[in-house]
Amino acid sequence: MAERPEDLNLPNAVITRIIKEALPDGVNVSKEARRAISQAASVFVLYATSCANNFAMKAKRKTLNAGDVMAAMEEMEFERFLEPLREALEVYKKGQKGKKEVSEQKRKDREKKVDSESREEEEEEEEEEERMEEEAEGEAEEEEVEN
Amino acid sequence: MQNGVNFTKKNISLPISRVRLIMKSSPDVSSINQDALFLTTKATELFVQHLALSSFNNGSGKETNSLSYSDLATTAEETETFHFLTDILPKKILARDYLKSLEQMQEEEGDF
Repeated sequence: MAERPEDLNLPNAVITRIIKEALPDGVNVSKEARRAISQAASVFVLYATSCANNFAMKAKRKTLNAGDVMAAMEEMEFERFLEPLREALEVYKKGQKGKKEVSEQKRKDREKKVDSESREEEEEEEEEEERMEEEAEGEAEEEEVEN
Repeated sequence: MQNGVNFTKKNISLPISRVRLIMKSSPDVSSINQDALFLTTKATELFVQHLALSSFNNGSGKETNSLSYSDLATTAEETETFHFLTDILPKKILARDYLKSLEQMQEEEGDF
């Protein structure tokens, strides 16, 4: 898949917002500065990914995990990020768990419904069989009586 | 719907999908788990804040209440943790100084 250069950039509006929120009110940020920060952010992602990937490869894993990213931050000397990252991850995981539970519950509800429908059918079939057996026995008795 | 106010649910602003695209462009990376993706996105936001604020505090724009490109370039050069940015945030020089140094380099090569 060929990526165009723009695809590896982060959306300007969001970057601008993050910058504004970090700085004191009213600071004027030049367009050039904004663009440069955006590019720096992309480079940061690449650097962090490469670093995290080294940790994963050392552990003979093919999938990058949370621990690898945290180790990368330390390696890159961004220890100040570790605590906020841990907290954010907690919140994120809880949110994911909630979503998962909701969809799990929906799945269970659907299964229960299907189950109970098929159980009803089974019960009807069993009753049918019993009735037929009784009829057969009844007929056999009648035959005996006749004989 | 459980909660009316959603602001805590999504505690990041950058699009995870875009960050993932950048990560995947890195060689040797096979797959990335969901949590790692989230953390990288969040870390990038923290990084943007950190770079902006450091550059502002460190730079000459404080008197004029502004943040310019040169503040960023200066910070990249002077702060160790931002050294990895020096290639993409080079300090700018005047065109005539550049041309002069280019001439000098050509002269040196000519000596071979």
